[in-house]
Amino acid sequence: MTDQIVEQDVQAIPTVFTQAQLDWLPWLEPMQEEALTERHWNGLVDKARAKSPYFMLLARDPDILGARTKTDKDIFYNTKDGLPRPERELAAAAASRFNGCIYCASVHARFASQFSKREADVQRLLDEGVTADIDPRWNTIIAASVALTKTPASFGDAEIARLRAHGLSDLEISDVIHGAAFFNWANRLMLSLGEPSL
Amino acid sequence: MTSSTPDIIDHLVGIIPGSPLDAIRAARQQARDNAQASYLALFETTETENVSLVERFAVACFVAGLHGQDKELAFYASKLEAMAPGLPAVIAAEVALGRAHGPAGHYPDGPLSVENTVGATYAAGARDKLGARLAAALEHAHMLVIRPRDADAAALKALLDAGWSTTGIVTLSQLVSFLAFQLRVIHGLRALSRNLAA
Repeated sequence: MTDQIVEQDVQAIPTVFTQAQLDWLPWLEPMQEEALTERHWNGLVDKARAKSPYFMLLARDPDILGARTKTDKDIFYNTKDGLPRPERELAAAAASRFNGCIYCASVHARFASQFSKREADVQRLLDEGVTADIDPRWNTIIAASVALTKTPASFGDAEIARLRAHGLSDLEISDVIHGAAFFNWANRLMLSLGEPSL
Repeated sequence: MTSSTPDIIDHLVGIIPGSPLDAIRAARQQARDNAQASYLALFETTETENVSLVERFAVACFVAGLHGQDKELAFYASKLEAMAPGLPAVIAAEVALGRAHGPAGHYPDGPLSVENTVGATYAAGARDKLGARLAAALEHAHMLVIRPRDADAAALKALLDAGWSTTGIVTLSQLVSFLAFQLRVIHGLRALSRNLAA
């Protein structure tokens, strides 16, 4: 009988936003590696993800997992002619900070720091929240990501005008839209199917 | 999966071949193709043992309605009406009950508690018409859309108790979360289409 809640005895719940490496513990039973078929392996995309309880839980529906992962990779890794990688991670971290996903924020704040070399500025987003006054261009990307993350979304003409005023092209603005929008997908899975642990 | 289904995001934003937005999307073709593959995996699948197509489209109508995106609501409602006549009207009444602003919710007890916000809650209205499974799915979808950081294991238990399987919950979670992405990409690109660089 797998259809039951997995009781997690979380000893160390993170209670602040952090750039530290966190664990994630599922509330439902992930698949076991020996049960994976070729379709499941295809859904996982990267074989190493068979070691992740998060991806092994999502592997229960392999087709949507595979499409999700390939969407994610192009939005964040395909920087051709577009928004630099650190600012995509900033959009992801801002959406995660605003939705309140401590786990996602930790991963993407870490990436934003790694690629921008601005760990203290990224930490201000985590500590002070999405209204932190960091610098005009980052403030604008954060504000646009937040406007799109609201339900209903309030992103519109004003956000686009500000992004453009800070030098973003149409493609770069589209990259901000996709980076923030994608984390409205990821945050909801991470927040609702399990919990972070220190 | 069929290849005859037109790209849903292009269709709903009104992106035509050769337009500036077509070129922007083509610059991230993998993301475009896999956003579409995600739609097909969720809405044109033949694997409906754990979540029926009627349930999928009914939840999609509810989620689009909560986002206040009437054009997208009409798109999903037209598909639902064809398979379950009258159900879109029932869902529309649920949307009216559930409309709220997000994201809201509480954090783990600690320094972030000062940022807790009480989000609107929703209890399905027409439970007799929806049935226990769909009523539970709408209640879960409402929490994911409006109060994502209130998600907890008890919410998953409520789905299990209403007859959802573990794999069905994974699919439902992906569906709501994917829509949170898709609706924001559509919203964002529509705003960009009004504001393209001269």
